Amino acid sequence: MTRTISLRALLLATAVAAAPAAMAETPADMLVVAAQVDDIISLDPAQSFEFSGNDVGWNLYDRLVDFDPLDLEAGLQPSLAESWEVSEDGTTVTLTMREGVTFHSGNPVRAEDAAWSLQRVVKLDLSPAFIFTQFGFTPDNVEERIRAEGNQVILELDQPYALSFVLNCLASNSGGIVDKETVLANGGEDDLGNAWLSTNSAGSGPYTLTAWRPNEQVQLQAYEDYWGGAPEMKRVVVRHVQESSAQRLLLERGDVDVARNLSPNDVQGLAGNDALTVTSEPRGRILYMGLSQEDPLLQQPQVVEAIKHLVDYQGMADSFLEGQWIVHQNIIPAGYLGSTDENPWSLDVEKARELLAEAGVTSGTLRTVVRDIREYVDVAQTLQASFAEAGLTLEIQQMTGAQVLDAYRARQVPIFIGEWGPDYADPNTNVSTFAVNPDNSPEARHSQLAWRNSWAVPDDLAEKVAAAVVENDTETRSQMYLDIQSQYREIAPIVPMFQRVEQAGMQANVQNWSAGGSVASVSYRQVVKGE
Amino acid sequence: MADRTMTRREWLLSDAPQSRRQARLGAAYQGWRTFRRNKLAMLGLIILVLLVLTAIFAPWISPQNPYAQNLANRLQPPSGANWLGTDALGRDILSRLIWGSRTTLFIVGTVALVAPIIGLFIGTVAGFAGGWVDQVLMRVTDIFLAFPKLILALAFVAALGPGIGNAVLALALTSWPPYARLARAETLTIRRADFIAAARLQGAGRTRLLIGHIWPLCLSSMIVRVALDMAGIILSAAGLGFLGLGAQPPLAEWGAMISDGRNYILDFWWVAAMPGLAIFVVSLAFNLLGDGLRDVLDPKGAKE
Amino acid sequence: MEPPQGGQPPSALPPAGMTPPGRGHSSAMRRRLVKIGGIVLSLVLTLLGLLVVTFVIGRVMPIDPVLKVVGERATQAQYEAAYQALGLDRPLWEQFLRYVGDVLRGDFGRSISTGHPVADDLRRVFPATIELATLGTLIGVCVGVPLGVIAAAKRGSWIDQVARVVALVGYSMPIFWLGLMGLLIFYGILGWVGGPGRQGIIYDGMVPNVTGMILLDSALARDWGAFRDAFSHIILPACLLGYFSLAYISRMTRSFMLEQLSAEYITTARVKGLSETRVIWGHALRNIAVPLITVIALSFGSLLEGSVLTEIIFSWPGIGQYITNAMLAGDMNAVLGGTVLIGACFVGLNLLSDLLYRFLDPRAG
Repeated sequence: MTRTISLRALLLATAVAAAPAAMAETPADMLVVAAQVDDIISLDPAQSFEFSGNDVGWNLYDRLVDFDPLDLEAGLQPSLAESWEVSEDGTTVTLTMREGVTFHSGNPVRAEDAAWSLQRVVKLDLSPAFIFTQFGFTPDNVEERIRAEGNQVILELDQPYALSFVLNCLASNSGGIVDKETVLANGGEDDLGNAWLSTNSAGSGPYTLTAWRPNEQVQLQAYEDYWGGAPEMKRVVVRHVQESSAQRLLLERGDVDVARNLSPNDVQGLAGNDALTVTSEPRGRILYMGLSQEDPLLQQPQVVEAIKHLVDYQGMADSFLEGQWIVHQNIIPAGYLGSTDENPWSLDVEKARELLAEAGVTSGTLRTVVRDIREYVDVAQTLQASFAEAGLTLEIQQMTGAQVLDAYRARQVPIFIGEWGPDYADPNTNVSTFAVNPDNSPEARHSQLAWRNSWAVPDDLAEKVAAAVVENDTETRSQMYLDIQSQYREIAPIVPMFQRVEQAGMQANVQNWSAGGSVASVSYRQVVKGE
Repeated sequence: MADRTMTRREWLLSDAPQSRRQARLGAAYQGWRTFRRNKLAMLGLIILVLLVLTAIFAPWISPQNPYAQNLANRLQPPSGANWLGTDALGRDILSRLIWGSRTTLFIVGTVALVAPIIGLFIGTVAGFAGGWVDQVLMRVTDIFLAFPKLILALAFVAALGPGIGNAVLALALTSWPPYARLARAETLTIRRADFIAAARLQGAGRTRLLIGHIWPLCLSSMIVRVALDMAGIILSAAGLGFLGLGAQPPLAEWGAMISDGRNYILDFWWVAAMPGLAIFVVSLAFNLLGDGLRDVLDPKGAKE
Repeated sequence: MEPPQGGQPPSALPPAGMTPPGRGHSSAMRRRLVKIGGIVLSLVLTLLGLLVVTFVIGRVMPIDPVLKVVGERATQAQYEAAYQALGLDRPLWEQFLRYVGDVLRGDFGRSISTGHPVADDLRRVFPATIELATLGTLIGVCVGVPLGVIAAAKRGSWIDQVARVVALVGYSMPIFWLGLMGLLIFYGILGWVGGPGRQGIIYDGMVPNVTGMILLDSALARDWGAFRDAFSHIILPACLLGYFSLAYISRMTRSFMLEQLSAEYITTARVKGLSETRVIWGHALRNIAVPLITVIALSFGSLLEGSVLTEIIFSWPGIGQYITNAMLAGDMNAVLGGTVLIGACFVGLNLLSDLLYRFLDPRAG
């Protein structure tokens, strides 16, 4: 009896499954994206700080000033603020709001909403708060220092800063303007709406949030009354797909329009498929190596210099990192003010040996701690091999992200290999962490990378960094950063190695895709689908 | 029949063994004959012997250095130079498989020692002591049994730090409960047996009864069970490797090799398939061996 | 840790705490009830123990949950504020009592790795796992039981050997390898099945969410297009999990059957002239039903843990992936909630098979 039932069940199953599915195609007004989006923990602009969270928030909210996704090179453009001006003494920035813009709720976008949105970032004091507190705002003074007057938002800074620096910070994801009335109506009295905004949206951006199912997908719906024009793609679905192979299969079968986390060899595997294209966009992330100055071996400048020559930069960029990481040996990413493509180091075991001999080092053991991410581990193993040629033993310890971060924050990582992504589109975002360390004592527990590597930044370098943020002449400012980086390459025990390039595979009919380049996040409103 | 005219075989098969030693050896030989008749089980045994030999002689048989990278020669298909191809860093897969056999044996050996011993101890003590000791020990076993295994292993790995040694330890610490259950059930059935009562009458203490009489009797079913679980253990270690918590690079470990290879599975199938095949063959061998052993050692399965 | 029951096949032995069947005398109903009460009590204790163990593991584990909340850039002051907000500055026992109190009120807290209430998350991920586990077990049973029976009936024949090898292959293959290969062949090349994920994008949200199990929901809504779509997505991962269950189930069936086939009543039946088919399928199979149900229940239970690797490969948003992510982030509310849920299911299944033993097995006291 059991046999007949099971056979029938089997036959039925085969019959249903075996009918070949037609090649799928996503609807014409819908964009389906496969990506790894399991890092989102909140969608509140005052809290969101993960890549995927910012990718969502970028489309839900407008900022006072913004980038044009189709022309990122053009720099900052008016957005919710139509114009801005700085006072004579350079400490007051006044932004005038655009008229006639409405939130998704239908409420008008007022200067009051803008001021309140910026205030709550400071008051909540969550991860992105430092972007604004660096201008002297504190939870106590922010209500006076950031305020709305009529249709103007007024920012009173604690000292004059370069205007581009201030605006770049306003254009970060945490500068997203939220609908004050809607947030307050949804129980936002106690926590300024943090809990509610974590899983809901109340913005004026081109899309509204229909659903966020963690580790599964994010769904967006076009906002038809968007001030910049209704988006072509009426629905956007971002599906969480962990494996590159799975993303590629989905793309090849036509079940997704865009796949954002293809590995280099999967990208190469797409070549020759006319139905698909691949775009490459340099992003802001830097893959670097931190050499802790607590390690006696790494304290010797010659050893640091030797290690800079023990990295097979080009070999890696041409093999397992191909197309997705390019050699970049500077702390300011390409695409930023003051960036440079001066990359002086290359693999030179002979030179490294000489340098080590100079320091009297013939052998030694070093330890690196890396996150369990494919590229990092491969980079670490390649370093291990080239270190060995110079007589250095590199022990690799693979850990989960949280554990690596924990150890790094406690300064317990002799050689750190990992990424740094800029927080806002100004060179200061990287310089202020790579080249600033106000207090190198163990108790200080600063969040700067220089502190984490126990590197006491020399005073003259620190002064140059401080001077660069207040310089208002763009040309001069750019030159100052070039100068900083040149000194950095000479002395720093932190070695930038690569800059990220995002390769997205997509159906040939998808046009105007923009992942945000090095300065912004992904934007869907300009995407169109051709024939 | 005089001893001199007896072949060794006849001596072993004698109906009337003259010494304890002869009886034991005879029984073992009988078992071996039963086992040998099972061709599949023999095949399993041969594979495992080969595995052990491979591990021992790895430095001599391995054609290349398993750690030597060559980025210019990465992801090469199987060829005369690299019989099984090369991996993402240009290392020879065959050499890594050969060296990896040591890691595999280490994993299997450690787990096979630790888990059943913990299980045997807890299970027999619970079954033999009965009463509240039994209740407490079995509740603890139940808790560990009801706990999601992967989570428990992850917790152990997180607490102990990553590394193949700790991963293996975590696996061992999470896989003892079924053995404890098994040992307890066995103990319950034998603890009232006549020979136990006899031993007790002769003045054997509880500890001696446990160690001298109960443990040996539980052992055979434990061995069978371990042999059958081996495949699962290798795969579990591979699973931890898949999550990046197993062997630390550049150590060659089959599970970690597969997990590396999955990134290349669509275009460079051999990178993942070769270690996959190796795991498959070895776990199949353990399974076949376990089946054969069951026929020999497990009285229920042996006689029809 | 995969396959779920490959590593640790659930024991087919009677659950601990009860005497093996066959020794007891017939006892009054009341004594039975008292015994069952005892079992229930011990199950509650098990659950409580589970909670304590999980809690302790979570608190002593060197993964800092605060870092997930505050991120990489946090200052020390922000770190400390979050530390206090999570209540981590309180003594351990106080944290535990507060947690248990909340759980009793039905509040599992908020997950820090998803930002959602844990209860909401579980309501979303657990049905996905149940759906997959159920179908997997169904496949395992439908194929495994007949395979085991035939193997036992034709012991030593080529069928037996083939069945053995088929089962052993299922036991031995790394699931992520099989999974990716299966996807490549059946989805990528042949296009017979749906890709990773639970549904095609067009059907997403089309069927009202009643149970969270899409197959069931679409059947309830009589939306057969959605049903077909969901089926095409679930069939491949379900077959994979089913393969692993069938390996275990067929082996156990075979060994139970062998035991029965040598029993006296079978010989009697044969002597009476019953056909071999009736002897095997009618008599022997009925007699192994009870232990077999236990095996199946436990195998189902271990699938309910969710199989992380299958879920990752098939983008299946199930509980295995959820708890694993949470664990790696030190997100203890999510881990605790998930563990308690799985533990409760496991304990429930245990209880169920226990009761079956007591009431169905004529030999049990």
